[in-house]
Amino acid sequence: MVDILFIGLSLSSILLLVALGLAVTYGAMGIINMAHGEMVMIGAYTAVMAKIWLGLGLIAAIPLAFIVTALAGLAIERLVVRRLYGRLLDTLLATWGIAILLQQAIRLEFGLSFFGIHVEGLGSGLQNVPVPAALQGTLRLFGHDFNAYRIFIVAMTAALALATWVVMYRTALGMKVRAIIRNPEMAAACGIDVKRTNALTFALGSGLAGVAGVLMAGFKTVAPDMGATLVVDGFMVVVTGGVGSLLGTVAASGLLGEFNALVAMVSNDIIGRAAVFAVVIGVILLKPAGLFTFKGR
Amino acid sequence: MKLNRRKFLATTATASAALAAPGYLRQAMAAGDPIKVGALYSQTGGLSVVEKMLAAGVRMAAEEINAQGGVMGRPIEVVVEDGASDPKTYAEKAQKLVIRDRVSTVFGCHTSASRKAVLPIFERRNAMLFYQTHYEGFECSPNVVYSGAVPNQQLGNYIPWILETLGKKKVFIVGSNYVYPREMAKVSKGLIEAGGAEWVADEYLELGHSEWAVMVNKIKESGADVVLSNVVGDSIISFYREFINQGLSHEEIPICATVTSEIEIAAMGPEYAAGSYTSFPYFMSLDTPANKSFIERYRAFVGDPKATTYHSLEAAYFQVFLWKQAVEASGDITAEAIREGVRGQEYAAPGGNVKIDEDNLHCWLTPRIGQWQADGQSKVVDEYPEPIKPLPYAAYGETADNLFCTREGLDSSKL
Repeated sequence: MVDILFIGLSLSSILLLVALGLAVTYGAMGIINMAHGEMVMIGAYTAVMAKIWLGLGLIAAIPLAFIVTALAGLAIERLVVRRLYGRLLDTLLATWGIAILLQQAIRLEFGLSFFGIHVEGLGSGLQNVPVPAALQGTLRLFGHDFNAYRIFIVAMTAALALATWVVMYRTALGMKVRAIIRNPEMAAACGIDVKRTNALTFALGSGLAGVAGVLMAGFKTVAPDMGATLVVDGFMVVVTGGVGSLLGTVAASGLLGEFNALVAMVSNDIIGRAAVFAVVIGVILLKPAGLFTFKGR
Repeated sequence: MKLNRRKFLATTATASAALAAPGYLRQAMAAGDPIKVGALYSQTGGLSVVEKMLAAGVRMAAEEINAQGGVMGRPIEVVVEDGASDPKTYAEKAQKLVIRDRVSTVFGCHTSASRKAVLPIFERRNAMLFYQTHYEGFECSPNVVYSGAVPNQQLGNYIPWILETLGKKKVFIVGSNYVYPREMAKVSKGLIEAGGAEWVADEYLELGHSEWAVMVNKIKESGADVVLSNVVGDSIISFYREFINQGLSHEEIPICATVTSEIEIAAMGPEYAAGSYTSFPYFMSLDTPANKSFIERYRAFVGDPKATTYHSLEAAYFQVFLWKQAVEASGDITAEAIREGVRGQEYAAPGGNVKIDEDNLHCWLTPRIGQWQADGQSKVVDEYPEPIKPLPYAAYGETADNLFCTREGLDSSKL
């Protein structure tokens, strides 16, 4: 039973890892960022390239990936998203287009493959990110053997969630963001630079995705299309938890992850996944705004 | 554009003439003109990783043949089409190659789904498909030459070896959820029961699934002493990593795979697979001059000094030579000529001798079992002394003395 609960916890933490950044961009800014999965992918590729070019290991690649993807996010916000605020469906299409562009850019090595130039670490192939020996195999805690890498992911996710909470609720930036969530016009009228705050928020969300990418690289394959399925899971969690609520996102990922593990254990993974979607549908039917919502006026 | 009646008649007349007489047109080409063949592989989409390699194998073989003077004095021209990892696109592109480009031979397809999608086109238009990937069998088309392994060539020696040499008694079967792993499981179960052992589970995960925590936990709890894996694609990497990370080891419960190749091992990191097994007719590590030279030439061809070779790539390469021999044996490039010409053709491939079967157009191959080492290469621990006959219906009771698939086609009364 402990095994199953731990697996559930680990599934939850992976869901939360992807959803954290989305909770920030979608929740705070009202942008459906379909390129979020590609930010995860770029984070993972940063780990690959950091290994090849700088000789950095998985852990050292984490801050680097945060910076790289935050800058990429900033560029996307400045060039595209900024022009589309308030047009929800247009952001969906535009960011989806960006997602495809990014995927193909990595696959075609930024076009260099047309000239016969091969950049090691890019391209359509599967890339390998080595995991430090300490995170391989199992770790014995409280008389049980646990998967060491999954413990690492759970801990990292908890730290990131805490950091996000601190940023959102204990800093000036967070206060501005929360003001913008409630009422952007009023926030602007009070002297908050909405554009600048939004740009920083988008960069933060993208940076979180980049960190998720490095952690994913340790147990998944790094390939150009690795992000495509993640973004769906991410939105599922954010919508179930309640848009704009960090606590809701944490609770929803915990619920869905544990439920997935339990159902998968008694039946199989395919039914487990279907059951998760059934729960999501149920929650949305009963509570259309999600599990946790703040009361607006 | 306005289409007047005369123009319309003229166009349709030309078109129907072209459709009615492709054989005539082909023969009318003068000696010295290039022979066009198709190479239908995904250049884009999720499967492009592997399929680009296969296309490179075909192009490399064609280039080598051209350098040696071509086929019957004529060079080969490879028309590459992109299947885009989508069976429907495969069907469209196959039609384009067969009807518009009028090729009589296409080398192509990787997944069974894409092969099934193009099969009706090759049968209706009477063209030949050369298919190199190891597949589940249960097919007997006179329009396909299968140069990859069928289940009896991957499992026939594998399962008895697992039970006898490794001494395993309880097998956990796991695969991706589609036709190939399910057919492989069916053949395996028969062999496991015949060997006096039992299979404790037969589980499937979605194609592309990468969350293995629950499945590996089930393996741990099941009491199995060996895992037979028919998992394909990216899922393999997360599977092996999870397997080691949950504290299982290949020494106690080895993963014995039918799909895991050098490519996946390199992507997951060899430390996760060291000690596990795979059954394939070809391994990159085969220590023969022919294979060493093949690897060297392939690396030069793709311009990557670290490029990996594996079973399907080798088959994609040697099938072009079998096709060349078929054309030269029959002296013509029509589908009928190639079909009759290719029967019984032998070739010294990088992995050893191969032969196209006279009866079912599948390929005689040498089953080998490789154990993965810490350097990401395999050590062959068991192999047949010579190639064995392919039996695409082995799961349904086909034996060498009682063939289901013969020159006349499938004898469905035996199924």
